[in-house]
Amino acid sequence: MSLLKAEGLSRRFGGLLAVDNASLSVPEGGLVGLIGPNGAGKTTLFSLLSGFLAPSTGRVTFDGADVTAEAPHRRAARGMARTFQIVQPFAGLSVRDNIAVGAYLRHAGRAEATRLAEAVATEVGLAPMLNAQASSLTVAGRKRLELARALATEPRLLLLDEVLAGLNPSEVRDIIPVIRAIRGRGVAILMIEHVMQAVMNLCDHVHVLSGGRMIAAGPPREVCADPMVIEAYLGHGAAARIAAGGAHA
Amino acid sequence: MSARDVLPGLMLLGLLALAPLVASNAALNFLLSSLIVALAAQGWNLLGGYAGQLSFGHAAFFGTGAYATAILQLRYGVNAWAGLAIGVALGALVGWAIGFLSFRARLRGSYFALVTLAFAEVLRILANAFDLTGGAAGLLIRMAPGAANLQFPSRATFLWLVLAVVAAVLLLTAWIAGGRLGARLVAVRENEDAARALGVDALRTKLGAIALSGAITAAAGCLYAQNFLYLDANIAYGTWISVEVLIACVLGGSGTVLGPVIGALALHGAGEAAKIALAGIAGPVPGIDLVLFGALLILAVAFLPQGVMGGLRRAARGLAR
Repeated sequence: MSLLKAEGLSRRFGGLLAVDNASLSVPEGGLVGLIGPNGAGKTTLFSLLSGFLAPSTGRVTFDGADVTAEAPHRRAARGMARTFQIVQPFAGLSVRDNIAVGAYLRHAGRAEATRLAEAVATEVGLAPMLNAQASSLTVAGRKRLELARALATEPRLLLLDEVLAGLNPSEVRDIIPVIRAIRGRGVAILMIEHVMQAVMNLCDHVHVLSGGRMIAAGPPREVCADPMVIEAYLGHGAAARIAAGGAHA
Repeated sequence: MSARDVLPGLMLLGLLALAPLVASNAALNFLLSSLIVALAAQGWNLLGGYAGQLSFGHAAFFGTGAYATAILQLRYGVNAWAGLAIGVALGALVGWAIGFLSFRARLRGSYFALVTLAFAEVLRILANAFDLTGGAAGLLIRMAPGAANLQFPSRATFLWLVLAVVAAVLLLTAWIAGGRLGARLVAVRENEDAARALGVDALRTKLGAIALSGAITAAAGCLYAQNFLYLDANIAYGTWISVEVLIACVLGGSGTVLGPVIGALALHGAGEAAKIALAGIAGPVPGIDLVLFGALLILAVAFLPQGVMGGLRRAARGLAR
């Protein structure tokens, strides 16, 4: 059964249809990728899923309940947590206090919230930085902090918006096992990602968004070979040229 | 809440409680008005310091508390203590109403600040116009010394009462700051979207903050009315209190437990000292304290962006190193 389901989502900004009749689903415990060229509407779709934007048309259901009109904090309480592509740390707070804000969602006491925050920090590799100010973290550290805060809400579904963007290859290599371990605990993940190495490695299913529309879906290898997808990234006729070039070589 | 947060504050207040042993009546009066401003500033601190919603209109709550106690006693014969309780409740209600109207409309930053200023000014004009509030002539609370009437023949008793209230709010602030509500207030201040993504109901959190803030500042208004036994619209709803609580928090360190108290005492102390010093040289110079307040605000913003408390913390960290 699918944990998250979006049906026919559209979002219009004035004359621009940023997301056009997009549908997707994330199964319980699954790891699904959402890829697409820049400006395809991936982050807008994320905002529709997490409640930061209301869709012009369409429906979002989470665990069987219609959440289309629910505010983000209600969805978080249901077990949906998101990270932001442009990291949004509580800059003046320590790493521990940052993560604790997430932990307080299900733990009212300071002691439990702090304990959970520390456990999550260890899980994502932020344990040595617990007392540091969030504003002093590197880009990689801030990405981990985004992940840690979302995890501290003890979600059933994580929406990761480019947690690997801006990281160098060795940092990417470090964080992939972290994501796999989170999935291993039964947390479903929907990730927007440009780093194809990670998508190929992690996802069991990929959706491709281009110009606001879903143009392909399927296992990562199939999707990457899909001529529609290649053309969305590389331009009209690219698939044919690659095929021809491959034949010559 | 850790002892380190509250102990210095409680020790300071305990020390001030000994003031009647040595200080003159004039000094006690000065201390009383400083502490009433400190209490009002503690209210501002919860909303402006912790939740980051800067208000220019805390006079709205101060005046509501002051008028509520006075009117209930004068017109309805309500006991002064009950008047205090009702005044505090009304302060919370007015806070919640202003918050509901402005936060639901997504006002933040300077827009929120301007709206609070507008609310306070509207209340001032209304209080100046209506008979219920005594119009421009103001209200005179009948002098009837006695603990039951919240009036005390000795300044010392009233000082202890105000000190007890300030101490109680200090403990409340420390308790809030150390728990879930405090974490949520600060999260909303630092980044509202991130807070919402983590399950924080930003509107409810801000409404809680402004209601609590209104209640505390209204309590200061009630005590002000009981202390001076007179108020008019320009005192109760005047911009002076909105400005003083703001400067006290910025100077002392907004978003810290002890900041507003330190700030209010330092501000009034400096103002009083300047008045006395200048009176010795050039005779009375009316308004010199306001000039000094402005100068202190500029200095605090330039050199102590986190106020006295932030500066102390930095100094302590420097010494530890």
